[in-house]
Amino acid sequence: MSERRRSERRLAWMLCAPAVIAMLIVTGYPIGYAVWLSLQDYDLRFPDDREFVGLSNYADVLTSSIWWGDVWNTTIITVASVSIELVLGMAIALIMHRAIFGRGAVRASVLIPYGIVTVVAAFGWRYAFDPASGFVQNLPLISDTAAPLTERGGSLAVIVLTEVWKTTPFMALLLLAGLALVPDELHEAAKVDGAGPVQRFFRITLPLMKPAILVALLFRTLDAFRVFDTVYIQTAGANGTETVSILGYQVLINRVNLGVGSAVSVLIFLAVILIATFFVRGLGASTARQRGEAA
Amino acid sequence: MLRSSREAALWSIGILVVLLYALIPVLWILSLSLKPADQLGDRRFVPQEFSFENYETIFNTETFTRALVNSVGIAGLATLISILLAAMAAYALARLDFAGKALILSGALAVAMFPPISIVGSLFNIWREVGLYDTWPGLIIPYMTFTLPLAIYTLSAFFREIPWELEQAAQVDGATPFQAFRKVIVPLAAPGVFTSAILVFIFAWNDFIFANTLTSTDEARTVPAALAFFTGGSQFEQPIGAISAASIVVTIPIIVMVLIFQRRIVAGLTAGAVKG
Repeated sequence: MSERRRSERRLAWMLCAPAVIAMLIVTGYPIGYAVWLSLQDYDLRFPDDREFVGLSNYADVLTSSIWWGDVWNTTIITVASVSIELVLGMAIALIMHRAIFGRGAVRASVLIPYGIVTVVAAFGWRYAFDPASGFVQNLPLISDTAAPLTERGGSLAVIVLTEVWKTTPFMALLLLAGLALVPDELHEAAKVDGAGPVQRFFRITLPLMKPAILVALLFRTLDAFRVFDTVYIQTAGANGTETVSILGYQVLINRVNLGVGSAVSVLIFLAVILIATFFVRGLGASTARQRGEAA
Repeated sequence: MLRSSREAALWSIGILVVLLYALIPVLWILSLSLKPADQLGDRRFVPQEFSFENYETIFNTETFTRALVNSVGIAGLATLISILLAAMAAYALARLDFAGKALILSGALAVAMFPPISIVGSLFNIWREVGLYDTWPGLIIPYMTFTLPLAIYTLSAFFREIPWELEQAAQVDGATPFQAFRKVIVPLAAPGVFTSAILVFIFAWNDFIFANTLTSTDEARTVPAALAFFTGGSQFEQPIGAISAASIVVTIPIIVMVLIFQRRIVAGLTAGAVKG
């Protein structure tokens, strides 16, 4: 028996090793290298001036108003899109859960935004709001000459709209899985006791779905914080819509300043860890409980 | 459950709204792609005349056709490699008893959360030095950062649903753990593997940030990156018709796959996230 157990463990590690090693190499090594680059004055235009400068790149980034402005923009986009997605996603999940007919059609159609390339979605919405070719300004109640992608509020709104359109399906599907875990009997019992649909939703459905909601929020918040494709295509960071990922791209690729750019990269990485820790720590207890039941 | 007809009507309206929500932007791009050049500015949702000239243009543009080949090849190879590696790991995670299981799963989750922009600069510099810049492997390798965790999660969720008694039966009949894996489990696992492969492919197909930063020519530029670099007659004119037609070309295969395998895809997406 113990011989079999040992061979089982050996097999397990042999099977896991390639994937684990691959993940370590493709993430661990580059992030380590980024930390090393971030400690140097290293601009590809002046490669001979490369020297070790300690934390001064971080000091430069953290004292720059551009960085903090971009953090703020990213936060606005993240908070706005994730909260709209939560409400919309919940509505779609309820429709999919309760609909008597058309379930398949709804499920199929919500998967369409999910499958579409983000760049394509970003172009679609950009052209829809373009004053020269878009259909939106042709709609009643909307000014013919409105050009949302030329000013800040409008640009942020179109970016959030695109993100919401693209990722609400994922939110809805995660919430739908959570809804399925809420026992029908509880609803029936509450109905007998005279609870209305709204009361039942807030008193039964929501509390029982807490773990599913938290998992969905964690995934989407981290994803939204990294927003790059939509912003790049729609404004390229113009009109005060630059996000931290766009800033990293500008410094690293356009200005080829690998030192400062890597400092931005490492700071974004730390911010993502911070957000993840906040979710996992502060709200992890209920997820752990659900995981125990599911196992 | 009994429902009033008013409630039924409300749900129907809800369903209709969801359908419109999902379809309008897609129909809009389709409409733009079918408009003849002189009507691209007519701002109508439905084209007055239908024309395939935009499709002719893009299929005669080497930047696009090369990008299409690159996209299919790079996303396909990235899917193949990550599914191979992940299937082995997921088998062990779902089936075998060993310490370190939780560590591997949470490690994969951590890797999945990784912001791509954090490693773009490093890869840009390393790739230029080792000659991987603007090559297929130069994109396939970084794609592992998101394809591997996704594949491990969805595959281990699917593998947990497999009737494992059959494997034990094979082992009772004298098969080694490896033979049981190869002859019994692989055929049973095939549908889950296939679904995971579709999900992974969609993610790789969707990538923009790596394709944008780690390529510079038609050698390895994928469609999302090529779309961003399409230029019109002058720098002020965006070739709206061509971009729309190209967008539809890369969207159709995904929509078809998603619609055919929708039930399994939903299972894969949610099982991976909720049970993980």
